[in-house]
Amino acid sequence: MTAPALSRRAPAHRSPRPIRVVIYILLASAALFYLLPVYLLIITGMKSFQEVSLARMWDLPSGMHFDSYAKAWNGKASEGISGLAPNFLNSMYLTIPATLLSALLGSVNGYVLSKWKFRGSDILFPVLLFGMFIPYQSILIPLVQVLQRMGLYGSLPGLIFVHVVYGIPITTLIFRNYYAAIPTELLEAGKIDGAGILGLYRHILLPISMPGFVVVMIWQFTSVWNDFLFGVIVTSRPAVQPITVALNNMAGSYIVEWNVQMAGSILAALPTLLVYILLGRYFMRGLLAGSLKG
Amino acid sequence: MQQVKASTAAAASRPATQWLRKNRDRLIAIGLISPSVIAIAVFVYGFIGFTAFSSLTRWDSLTPDFTLVGLRNYTRLFTIDRFLSDLRNTVTFTALFLAACLAIGLGLAILLDQGVKGEAIFRTIFLFPMAISYIVTGVVWRWLLNPGTIQTGSSGINLLFERLGLGFLKSPWFTDPTIIHIPPDSWPGAWLVQNGFGVLASPRVGISVAMISVVLAATWQMSGYTMALYLAGLRGVPDELREAARVDGATELQVYRYVVLPILRPITLSAVIILGHISLKIFDLVVSMTGPGPAFATDVPAFFMFDTTFRGNNFAQGAAIATMLLFTVALLIVPYLVYTTRTEAEL
Repeated sequence: MTAPALSRRAPAHRSPRPIRVVIYILLASAALFYLLPVYLLIITGMKSFQEVSLARMWDLPSGMHFDSYAKAWNGKASEGISGLAPNFLNSMYLTIPATLLSALLGSVNGYVLSKWKFRGSDILFPVLLFGMFIPYQSILIPLVQVLQRMGLYGSLPGLIFVHVVYGIPITTLIFRNYYAAIPTELLEAGKIDGAGILGLYRHILLPISMPGFVVVMIWQFTSVWNDFLFGVIVTSRPAVQPITVALNNMAGSYIVEWNVQMAGSILAALPTLLVYILLGRYFMRGLLAGSLKG
Repeated sequence: MQQVKASTAAAASRPATQWLRKNRDRLIAIGLISPSVIAIAVFVYGFIGFTAFSSLTRWDSLTPDFTLVGLRNYTRLFTIDRFLSDLRNTVTFTALFLAACLAIGLGLAILLDQGVKGEAIFRTIFLFPMAISYIVTGVVWRWLLNPGTIQTGSSGINLLFERLGLGFLKSPWFTDPTIIHIPPDSWPGAWLVQNGFGVLASPRVGISVAMISVVLAATWQMSGYTMALYLAGLRGVPDELREAARVDGATELQVYRYVVLPILRPITLSAVIILGHISLKIFDLVVSMTGPGPAFATDVPAFFMFDTTFRGNNFAQGAAIATMLLFTVALLIVPYLVYTTRTEAEL
């Protein structure tokens, strides 16, 4: 994985003025398309309950009201609506350990597959990678059975375990590409000094692995937080469900007003959006790595 | 400690100890990677094997029944209305989604490559949906495309169209049960019916209009990713190449047509495979946005598998759908994996 290839460079050629105007108009209309749902989400979330009606969907709110957020977060027992707060926390308890464990495993695997190749490791790599493309439907039936036998079914540790296992291919891929770009001479020098495989990893590779860790952790954080399928299969009790599952239940319930659903959507999207806005550059690298070529 | 071991060991075992010492790092390497290898061997390949095996059994309730019944679960699928609708919908979705993402992605990448001001801002805007869960996308687009009822009047996008004087663009969106197909009473339809290809002139083979709404939401989410892939590719085209073409008198359009686009071809291949396999697997978005829709107009195989297995407890039937899904994805992914890892080895 090389540096993000998106950085700007000086245009070698400048189009004539009328064409430039057209370019900006096209880009601005595309931006409108992407931002339209955001506009709706934000204004709806800020409306007071009196202002919420389908007919006034696109109107600006009269002021800053956070009623919808409060209801989406805390729920309302009198109306039988459960809030998303516990599920938001579940997602945190799920995502953080899963991300850390995945990153560690990926780093070790990537190190071995790039710097300690053994006979068959070049065949092993694509065989591992295949695991990130499979439709998970094809493993769900035995997964549930095995998790039940292991006593992990229906619990957050069970869900963490599942995400770590199925995160192995992508985290290994990103780290393998990252370490492959690090010159082997760096390790050779350490070898002469008598360091073994573990010493080389700890003293030479790990200190320069930070960017790799950031890319992998952002990737895993986003995909674990956003996951729905494993969540809905592995956790059947609402008390342990992650936020995506809870939001889907909320959206499927006819007693929850749509402005509350919108506020809930923002709550569910916020952590990954923040990561994207703050660390977008690294997010991009993960994305491009996902297409293998990186 | 090794010295102690070496001195106490019998002379015969000395070469073995030496071999061990020499290859210690190799053994540790294999030891380090083996937990992951075992996990993938069991949780991916073992589980796939179990699913494939289950699909050949009579396991149709909560109690496993591993009586082998051959391919019955597969042949039965092709008599189930919902599955046949799913196949049609998957084709519709994949074709439209791919076309939309590639066109928008390439278009935006080329526009951004013209040295525009605020490029980073545009890029951020085009890409942020990638960071969001399909569930959020589904919930939001369900309300955006909610056509409204007679009681409530228009809502969402329809209402926006009305306000902007574009009322003719109003649509029932994902509530539309229409399947566009060759009418059997038209002359090509009649010809097909007469020659035994009646199915080609029936709603079995056609475009589910409701699916277009799902394509719209999915494109909103994924076209930025395609843009990023293309933009990375465009940034890799050496300026000298374009300059040389310009010196030879090529117009800007010709530079793209004959110099830039051919270089981007491998990126298009990657994008087609990544997006294609995503569209075959699509699940979350459909669950949260539309559900199966009117007469399964927006149903997809992944959702049918979920319903059959975990709501209907027909495990064998669900396993058959899952196996077919995996097989289709593998047809796309395996050649790609072989190709990319092999070209990598040659470098």
